[in-house]
Amino acid sequence: MNPTRKRRLVVISLILGAVGIAATLTVFALQQNITYLHTPVEVLAGKVPADARFRLGGMVKAGSIQRAGDSLKTGFTVTDGDADMAVEYTGILPDLFREKQSVIATGRMENGRFVASEVLAKHDENYVPRDVAEAMANAHKKHDIPEKKPTAQ
Amino acid sequence: MNPLLLWFHKLGSPPYFYRLAGRLLPWLWGLALIGLVAGLYGGLVLAPADYQQSDAFRIIYVHVPSAWMSMFIYAFMAANGFVALVWRIKLSETLAMAAAPIGAAFTAICLATGSIWGKPMWGTWWTWDARLTSELVLLFLYLGVIGLYHAIEDRRQASRAAAFLALIGIVNLPIVHFSVKWWNTLHQGSTVKLFGPSLIDGRMLWPLLVMALATKLLFAASLLSRARVDLLELEAGKEWARQVALAGERT
Repeated sequence: MNPTRKRRLVVISLILGAVGIAATLTVFALQQNITYLHTPVEVLAGKVPADARFRLGGMVKAGSIQRAGDSLKTGFTVTDGDADMAVEYTGILPDLFREKQSVIATGRMENGRFVASEVLAKHDENYVPRDVAEAMANAHKKHDIPEKKPTAQ
Repeated sequence: MNPLLLWFHKLGSPPYFYRLAGRLLPWLWGLALIGLVAGLYGGLVLAPADYQQSDAFRIIYVHVPSAWMSMFIYAFMAANGFVALVWRIKLSETLAMAAAPIGAAFTAICLATGSIWGKPMWGTWWTWDARLTSELVLLFLYLGVIGLYHAIEDRRQASRAAAFLALIGIVNLPIVHFSVKWWNTLHQGSTVKLFGPSLIDGRMLWPLLVMALATKLLFAASLLSRARVDLLELEAGKEWARQVALAGERT
């Protein structure tokens, strides 16, 4: 390799290294601010400032969904396994919203309840055909295995 | 000199590359078309419906291959940019700049299909989570590279300046890929894994892999077509380019 090319190679590699380090440091510094959601445990522990708008993430607790008969108002409980949080929402819910589904609700705390202005359903990374899902559910029922989310093979 | 290195040197010469690309192109376009038809038929018709998203999940066969291509093409562009900056090889400059609009198109398709998928499933067209935001930054990087390339008069200087931007932007690639792992995001984690079992049923997986291969072929065909035209323009006035032009007139 001739000296000019070698010099260019070194200079460009150094610049690339510097940018890489800068990006890594930025990513680490953003780790706090970029947090997309808080779980009920974090909220109850006071990690979220009062009156702040934030996103609450967790599972919809089984049997907790209550729909109002005369409006779009829906009440449900979001749980992360350790703590529960009552959520109130008025509006149309996404297709994937149901019991034991991960959801992300945006809103703020009002009198101990979380009043959401938006509810998003989180999808997981599993894709399973219907027949396989049914077969697995049947097998689980037969062997008395507590219900578990089916995973693909 | 060993034969592989010799072939590499030969490949770098515009007339040789022009002829080789011309011979490969019909095959690449043909195979890409067959792959796209097979992959889409497999994905949209043969694959079984998902247990919770039913037929809506089929958009995965466009969304995920485009997302993979958006990153693959960026890596390709940056690697060629690196070679162009260090060794000043004309072919690498041309390839890097010819790849940028194709990559931008795949990124735009990825963002658009993601948005269409997100509205019914998540409940929103767009959210500022780490995966979506970093993919949007990737689109802006592509647009920046294309813009910078066209803002400078001298073609070779322009491609080197743009190649430098492309190279710096490569830090975004790991951020896009690992964003779903590093942060709490609305976007789910990776389904198809290079190492270890994928989290998708085999009957749903194969069309996805066919689409991944077909989009690579589509990129190769599109890239070579664009690079041929760019090379001819760049080398206008050279003897080989004159001959190509004359031969074109005769046929």
